[in-house]
Amino acid sequence: MMIPGVDGFMYPNEVELQWSLLIVLYPYITGLVAGAFILASLERVFKVEAVRPTYRLALLTALAFLLVAPLPLQLHLGHPERSFEMYLTPHTSSAMAMFGFVYLWYLTVVLLLEIWLEYRADIVRLSQTTKGATRLIYRMLTLGSQNVSTASRIIDDKIGYTVTVIGIPSAFLLHGYVGFIFGSIKANPWWSTPLMPIVFLFSAMVSGIAAVLLLYVASMKLKKMPIDMRCIDTIAKYLFYTFVIDYTLEMLDLIHRTYEADESFRSLDFMVHTRLMFSHVILQIFLGTLLPLALLASTQLWRFTEARRRVMYVTACCCTLVGIFAMRWNVVIGGQLFSKSFLGYTSYKVQFAAREGLLMAIALMILPFLIFVVLVKLLPPWTEQKSA
Amino acid sequence: MFHDSGHLIRPALVLLAAVVIFLVIRAAVIPKDFGKYGHYRPAALALVRSHQIAYAGQETCVMCHDDQANARKAGKHAHVACEACHGPQAAHANDPSIKPKLPEVADLCRRCHEKDAAKPSGFPQVVTVEHSGGAKCNDCHQPHNPRM
Amino acid sequence: MDISRRGLFHIGGKLLVVASVGATLEQIIGAEPPSDAYRMADHWWGMLIDIDKCIGCGSCVRACSQENNVPKGYFRTWVERYQVDENQQPTVDSPDGAMNGFAPLTRDDLKAFFVPKLCNHCADSPCVQVCPVGATFVSPDGVVLVDKEYCLGCRYCVQACPYGCRYLHPETDTVDKCTLCYHRITQGLTTACCENCPTQARVLVDFKNPQDPVHEFLRKNMVQVLKPYMATKAKVYYKDLDGSVR
Repeated sequence: MMIPGVDGFMYPNEVELQWSLLIVLYPYITGLVAGAFILASLERVFKVEAVRPTYRLALLTALAFLLVAPLPLQLHLGHPERSFEMYLTPHTSSAMAMFGFVYLWYLTVVLLLEIWLEYRADIVRLSQTTKGATRLIYRMLTLGSQNVSTASRIIDDKIGYTVTVIGIPSAFLLHGYVGFIFGSIKANPWWSTPLMPIVFLFSAMVSGIAAVLLLYVASMKLKKMPIDMRCIDTIAKYLFYTFVIDYTLEMLDLIHRTYEADESFRSLDFMVHTRLMFSHVILQIFLGTLLPLALLASTQLWRFTEARRRVMYVTACCCTLVGIFAMRWNVVIGGQLFSKSFLGYTSYKVQFAAREGLLMAIALMILPFLIFVVLVKLLPPWTEQKSA
Repeated sequence: MFHDSGHLIRPALVLLAAVVIFLVIRAAVIPKDFGKYGHYRPAALALVRSHQIAYAGQETCVMCHDDQANARKAGKHAHVACEACHGPQAAHANDPSIKPKLPEVADLCRRCHEKDAAKPSGFPQVVTVEHSGGAKCNDCHQPHNPRM
Repeated sequence: MDISRRGLFHIGGKLLVVASVGATLEQIIGAEPPSDAYRMADHWWGMLIDIDKCIGCGSCVRACSQENNVPKGYFRTWVERYQVDENQQPTVDSPDGAMNGFAPLTRDDLKAFFVPKLCNHCADSPCVQVCPVGATFVSPDGVVLVDKEYCLGCRYCVQACPYGCRYLHPETDTVDKCTLCYHRITQGLTTACCENCPTQARVLVDFKNPQDPVHEFLRKNMVQVLKPYMATKAKVYYKDLDGSVR
């Protein structure tokens, strides 16, 4: 009896995929958050002064994506109205139970606090200069304090530094735990590896850095402001280093698997060469990793004109973002396409207008940019530059 | 002393208020007795146990249908449960006016006795088309005691 | 048929039996679980499956489906048919989980057998470990259950089960799986699958019962669990399980 979409044998309950496109989207989004924040911390903690022009932008990017992050999860749950149970009775042996707390911690104590401290002087000024409804919003954001003396701003700076320092491991936790969710499943050999949280983290950093660079270039072009080449040269350099580490880790995993060739290897190998050919070999490896690496490496090795470099960076970053999405797809969907009996494969048909369908995924990816636009209007990142 | 850092109290207070509100809600909403036997609601055990039974079990069938039971005991189907062929009969046992539907004999017999290389070789199995030439199994075999 | 004294006794006896059956069933079938003569601490449930006895009739699959209202296309238990070549490479099929048995094999030159599968009610269950809220758990008497009023439907447990025994119930949107007929075994009945297996290939066992034949059985027979390297402390033991079984 042939089941449509199934080749070979699968346990009867395995035929239908459980984790859909939205579960591919979730680590992608939190990855962008973590990566953007790490870029921000480059300036704040590691004193890479060249990337200063993107500092505020990176924070707002992180916030925009963080606000959207829980949505794909809620839409995926069978009973989203029960999701509060994770706060009531979190099962401490489950990495997923950590999500609610880590998310809230990161949102409030790290990101919102850091943004508040960074923007406080501007918020106070805007609460005094604007009118109408916006004035009310700014006044609420001041939390009642109008003190912007130099001394208070020095304290803000010190606290902000501490918050960023705490924020780095927090960002690692926010995204690393997702890697652990997959990496700790012994039942699934495609997922089960101690490398998973680290691979997720580094690919997150790559995607986040690429996203901030693109948003910076886009914003400057839209505002008709000059692009600080020293800034994006530095960002591209860090992107390159991070990418090299990311690629090394993924190659390590691949080589290890191929060499050991354990029980699961033949089944997984076949899957990669057939069902995942496009998303893994073409999108993730060639278009998403090798091409950007080649572009970034050549900018490090040879001189190019500013205009050329801009094009190369933007191309590399676009490819990177596609490639990292493909990586999430290959992990989440790939891990469910093969049977745990290693005797068969199923297929995943993305629905279009369903709760977990393509339309919803597109909407969820557009939403952070809309939020970003609102945030940029509310808390302009480049007021300082104008006055400088 | 706190003149220049006083503004920091404010986000701290907001956070504290949120934590307090959360703890209050939690205390009110957390399921009763959660954790009594383990990390779950004890009420779940009763919930699972309250599922309605559909198969009454042989001992119940035999209480009324002892003649069929005796016939079965003498033959090869002694260890085949009544409901394995007749389907779930708990509703019938509770209310005998609910008449169980007699099973479609041919399909029933074939499921067990059609020859298949995967079946244990000692198990009675035939290629039914060759064996009966199209006749119904119960034309020759009495299901409760199939010996001819 | 004349009504002799013997006949009267006969009929009277039957009436008495019907009355007591009714009374007993009222208790068994009624919606409320009976007040607890059942003590969880006295039991530790598992199952024994004898591969040599399974004839692949699918009675267990049908019985489970009817007893537990299992939604069509999903399986709390199912039977797989293996054909194994000399390199121990298997070809496996399970048409609709063997709900209607199997169509006969066309070749008989390979080693072939049936393997019934179900939730292994692991004592060290990876599915319980990953549930974020405590909606699935191991009961004090060793049965892995799902609290369908608490389950979020996140499906993490479905991913974590090495045996593929869990699924998302399309009507309740919560995870569902074999309950070892907990509603039956806590009332002295056996599971629906074991009750209806015509060859007693599947047998419910209670490890804490000193009279249970399982103790002698395990002393005298070679048994395996599925995927022992997963170290889940599975409690479904298979006698004569071939090494090719996945």
